[in-house]
Amino acid sequence: MVEILFYILSTITLGSAALTLLSKNPIHSALWLVVSFFSIAGHYILLNSQFLGMVHIMVYSGAIMILMLFTIMLMNLNISHEVSKPFITKVVATIAFCLVGLLLLSITMRGAQTYELQYANHGEDFQSVQVLGKVLLNEYVMPFEMVAVLLLLAMIGAVLISKKDKTDKVA
Amino acid sequence: MSTNTYSLSGRKKEVSNKKLTWTEKIYLVAILKGMMVTLKHMFKKKVTISYPEKTRPFSDVYRGKHMLMRDDEGRERCTACGLCALSCPAEAISMKAAERTADEMHLYREEKYAEIYEINMLRCIFCGLCEEACPKQAIYLTKSKQIAKADISRDNFIFGKDKLVMPLEAAIENTKQQNQA
Amino acid sequence: MDKTIIIDKAVIIVVVFAVTMLMAMYATLAERKIAAWIQDRIGPNRAGKGGLLQPLADGLKLFAKEETQPNTPNKFLFKFGPFLAMTLALMTSAVIPWGDKFHLFGRDIELQAADLNVGLLYIIAVLSVGVYGIMIGAWASNNKYSLMSGIRAASQMISYEIAMGLSLIGLLLMTQTLSMREIALQQEGMNWNVFYQPVGFLIFLICSFAETNRAPFDLAECEQELIGGFHTEYSSMKMGFFLFAEYANLFISSAIISVLYFGAYNYPGMSWAVENWGVNIANVIGIFALFIKICFFIFVYMWVRWTLPRFRYDQLMNLGWKSLIPLALLNLVVTAIVILLIKN
Repeated sequence: MVEILFYILSTITLGSAALTLLSKNPIHSALWLVVSFFSIAGHYILLNSQFLGMVHIMVYSGAIMILMLFTIMLMNLNISHEVSKPFITKVVATIAFCLVGLLLLSITMRGAQTYELQYANHGEDFQSVQVLGKVLLNEYVMPFEMVAVLLLLAMIGAVLISKKDKTDKVA
Repeated sequence: MSTNTYSLSGRKKEVSNKKLTWTEKIYLVAILKGMMVTLKHMFKKKVTISYPEKTRPFSDVYRGKHMLMRDDEGRERCTACGLCALSCPAEAISMKAAERTADEMHLYREEKYAEIYEINMLRCIFCGLCEEACPKQAIYLTKSKQIAKADISRDNFIFGKDKLVMPLEAAIENTKQQNQA
Repeated sequence: MDKTIIIDKAVIIVVVFAVTMLMAMYATLAERKIAAWIQDRIGPNRAGKGGLLQPLADGLKLFAKEETQPNTPNKFLFKFGPFLAMTLALMTSAVIPWGDKFHLFGRDIELQAADLNVGLLYIIAVLSVGVYGIMIGAWASNNKYSLMSGIRAASQMISYEIAMGLSLIGLLLMTQTLSMREIALQQEGMNWNVFYQPVGFLIFLICSFAETNRAPFDLAECEQELIGGFHTEYSSMKMGFFLFAEYANLFISSAIISVLYFGAYNYPGMSWAVENWGVNIANVIGIFALFIKICFFIFVYMWVRWTLPRFRYDQLMNLGWKSLIPLALLNLVVTAIVILLIKN
């Protein structure tokens, strides 16, 4: 039952990801990416981590992709606007992408060990947000705070860029 | 006194650009006040009149479609003097006079009568001046609700004698009632 | 899996779906009636007694209308938009607890389609993707007004989601759980969350107005500037789906407000009713209590719509970013401090 679901979800994920790349229309690309994100959330739920699944939908499908669609709609991208890149750039990009893909694949292959999951022994509900919060703020408090600082910096940077340059007005 | 400081209605308000206080700035009080106003209106008497079942009473001075009257013997009163056409501010009335012959005595009261009498209902403003000008009390504006039916052709809005003269049956009815009284 | 559970859930889902549709239908009538009353009119009163059949007449009219299709290269997305709007509007109802446990046929029956332990997050997630229907439909219409409306809807939704989420975190700190059922259970008697989180409730209410695209935040469909916005190009039942989705949203967000802040199906004297009349009767009263609360909030939505004028776009953004988000953050910090002080 779960296996069948997994295969269906994987097909949707990979198919929509491929369509994201192959679509001519940028809006269609973005929409296929949304489908892809939804199916990844489905994978999370299959792995019994409902919290991650929901947050994934909230953040990626709900916020980031809406912003992305918003920008694409504003920019009015057309095929005629597309900058044609030289052939050599395309070849190099393909090679670089393949190398990165190979690297990632090899890392995941090496790390792919079967873990003995010990949910029952712990007697704790690992889906619960309470447990997750405790783990994040005890064992991983440093990375957690670092990510927070990084996000804050990004936010400040965005505000700074969007602020009007006041020196121009004076001059 | 200049007009700037003077208010005829006594309700003149100066526009003030004073800074809003904090309580005014969050608008919550103003919003609640507004919502109370609308809530009060929910329970007020409704002004709707459900039309086909109920109708608003006409004004006493309502002026509807014209009618060329007959006298108690059923003869047309109009003598085609043209005063109505002269008084008409919209120039909606036109007529052509004719002389009464001997065998038409029972049809027309006066020696001269209107052979053609036309009112252009597209021009008429229902002011009632024709009614006031008429020396023979021949033209009246009735209380009829029906004024002029919608039509595509402009010609159909020029009402001739066929539409304006009082029907003979109505005249007979009137005479009967007068005799009874 | 137990077969009875599947049957239970199927029945609950069908009933919830039917009730949502019914409420959405009659919300259209209620809207017109309330608008009329506020404006000293009577409102629709010809179809049926007091206009009770008006929604049916409206639906029939929409079905009978001609389907028009704009000259768009995205025929599929054009049809997909209303469908998505409706689906996402109905999805939220899955985690709403409509009543306490019933004792029937010798077992407990929960009146909830799914008791997710991340129920609150599920609601925020579905609300956050709720704008896709409008956006896709608006873009596929191939019309500049519609596109503007889609962009407006998207930016408005993104802005108000943050304040909404932050106000919910304040609630979450108090309840210590994300499950809607437990949140409902905690508010027994008159122990409603609104008394502990009044500011959070206010922010949540304002954001709900924005999220459901209703006045005074209905900038996405304003008639004056955008000639109807995203449903400019829609006709017949596709248009009907958009309108219907709006009213389904209205019903469901009223339900969410009632469950989160107004004690869900709890009413004062419920425990007494359980002792004296039995669980089932007490629960039936509880469902009625929930529906009274929901109807009250639907009324509030309409009342506000016919009172307040529409925001200007910059005012909308200022309110969202400069007032509601800082206020929600303040509410969050104060709640956290108070909880810390009480615990120590």
